[in-house]
Amino acid sequence: MLVWSLSGRVLVWSFAALILGVIFVAPLAVIMLASVSQQWNGILPTGFTLEHYRDAAGGAERDAVFASLVTGFVASLLALVTGAWAALALRARAGRWGDALGVLFFIPSAVPSVSVGLGLLVAFSQKPLLLNGTTAIVFVAHYVLISAFAFGNISAGLSRLAPDYEEVASCLGARPGYKLMHVTLPLIAPYLVASFGLSFALSMGELGATVMVYPPGWVTMPVAIFGLTDRGDIFTGAALTMILVVTTLILLLGLERAPIRSAAPR
Amino acid sequence: MSDAVALAPRAAKVDLAGWWIAPPLIVLALLFLYPLTLIARAALIDDSGGLNLAAAFEVLDSRAFLDALLNTAEIAVASTAGCVVLGLTLGLILAFAPFPGAGLVARIVDTFIALPTFLVTLAFTFLYGSAGILNGALTSGLGLDHPPVDFLYSAWGVVLAEVTVYTPFVLRPLLAAFSLVDRSQIEVASLLGARPLRIVRQVILPAALPAIVAGGSLCLLLTVNEFGIVLFIGAKGVITLPLLIYDKAIQESDYQAACAIAMVNVALSLGLFGLYRFAARRLGG
Repeated sequence: MLVWSLSGRVLVWSFAALILGVIFVAPLAVIMLASVSQQWNGILPTGFTLEHYRDAAGGAERDAVFASLVTGFVASLLALVTGAWAALALRARAGRWGDALGVLFFIPSAVPSVSVGLGLLVAFSQKPLLLNGTTAIVFVAHYVLISAFAFGNISAGLSRLAPDYEEVASCLGARPGYKLMHVTLPLIAPYLVASFGLSFALSMGELGATVMVYPPGWVTMPVAIFGLTDRGDIFTGAALTMILVVTTLILLLGLERAPIRSAAPR
Repeated sequence: MSDAVALAPRAAKVDLAGWWIAPPLIVLALLFLYPLTLIARAALIDDSGGLNLAAAFEVLDSRAFLDALLNTAEIAVASTAGCVVLGLTLGLILAFAPFPGAGLVARIVDTFIALPTFLVTLAFTFLYGSAGILNGALTSGLGLDHPPVDFLYSAWGVVLAEVTVYTPFVLRPLLAAFSLVDRSQIEVASLLGARPLRIVRQVILPAALPAIVAGGSLCLLLTVNEFGIVLFIGAKGVITLPLLIYDKAIQESDYQAACAIAMVNVALSLGLFGLYRFAARRLGG
């Protein structure tokens, strides 16, 4: 629209393709290629193998996949409950206090993850809550970091909700609890599912807080990938990264298209 | 506020309803705010329970801390500038000179937001590392003895990785802003003989300024906090604040120093978060 001539367009488009290719496509492609490479010393790898995936399917790497999935599930579920609760409670509470509290729930996303981990380490290495060295402290760290995103997503969903259905329900005599369970929550279900997917995806890639607090028996995928590449085993690291990427994309795109329809988008 | 007056008879009920925020607030306080205050406590109060600023000052006056602070600022500013330039370039092309499949490309770039940041660093090892594709091609192609491309294990490697990872955070608000620009304005301008660059400068950029500021300040916040990329590159000379905190706490078990540095890092991040909120709100983003 801005560039009218054909030659101008072709020039602009090849420029865009070059940037997109070098910056966004090449990194993903190269990790995919590395995860199935036997050896890679020159321009292209020599020989292909599924050995790295076989390595990643057993032993410590399999434990890492399990740890990441469990951590992501538990932390996302907690974030979903408190995020939805806070968003619903603040919706009824407009005005300056409501806004200030809303900002407060966003702050965990602004604090560096390493500092969140350090804070948890300091706070829960002493009584009354001794969590250091347990799996629970990893759940808590992930929960804190993703809670802001869950809250933000659900708040955004609520703000787009047309009030008609809820008002009709109230006029017909539905009590607040009934209205919440049968009208409001079903209406925002797509946002709840999408928020769960995003939380899960973010938790899967979390590194900064996890390296601060994880106990030896609960190594998540990013920590395991760092361990592998740090030891020089970059091919198994690439395979585990591919598993992480594919899981993340399935969670994101799958849950975004979940067969739940919003009844009343405004 | 007129609503509140109209609803006056229900005031007692509304007041009660206000307490529904308490449970998630208590969770937030216990798991997030309480640990943050303990960081400050560990940094400023010594074992005997008295206020001891000297130890914290000693940490904050050290070479290691000042270097890390400078590195963090330089990397964050350079990365943010890179993200804004790249995001603007791509955004203009995707929105105003769209090619077939531009929508799909925008969506793919969007998914980068949810992918772990260290992925890019790992990929860069294969692409630009000393035994990577680029160096392999150059050494065999030009018959060189040693790999000519050597920027990966420096601040530039970190900057390039961060530009890749954080450009989508600028691109997303920019595309939203561009979609609101009145197309007929652009057509009129070009019918009147304005060249594309002039249209960009005088019509499109003013309309997209709020999105640039909001996306840029978000980038600044995220690049100051970035940890995975710096850890994975693992270059000796490239230590940022989050990495220094990790080193002090986990490698050296010096929690007092780690907490003192964390206090500065958190304060810096909260300041940038305030700037982002202010920019996003003030400019109607």
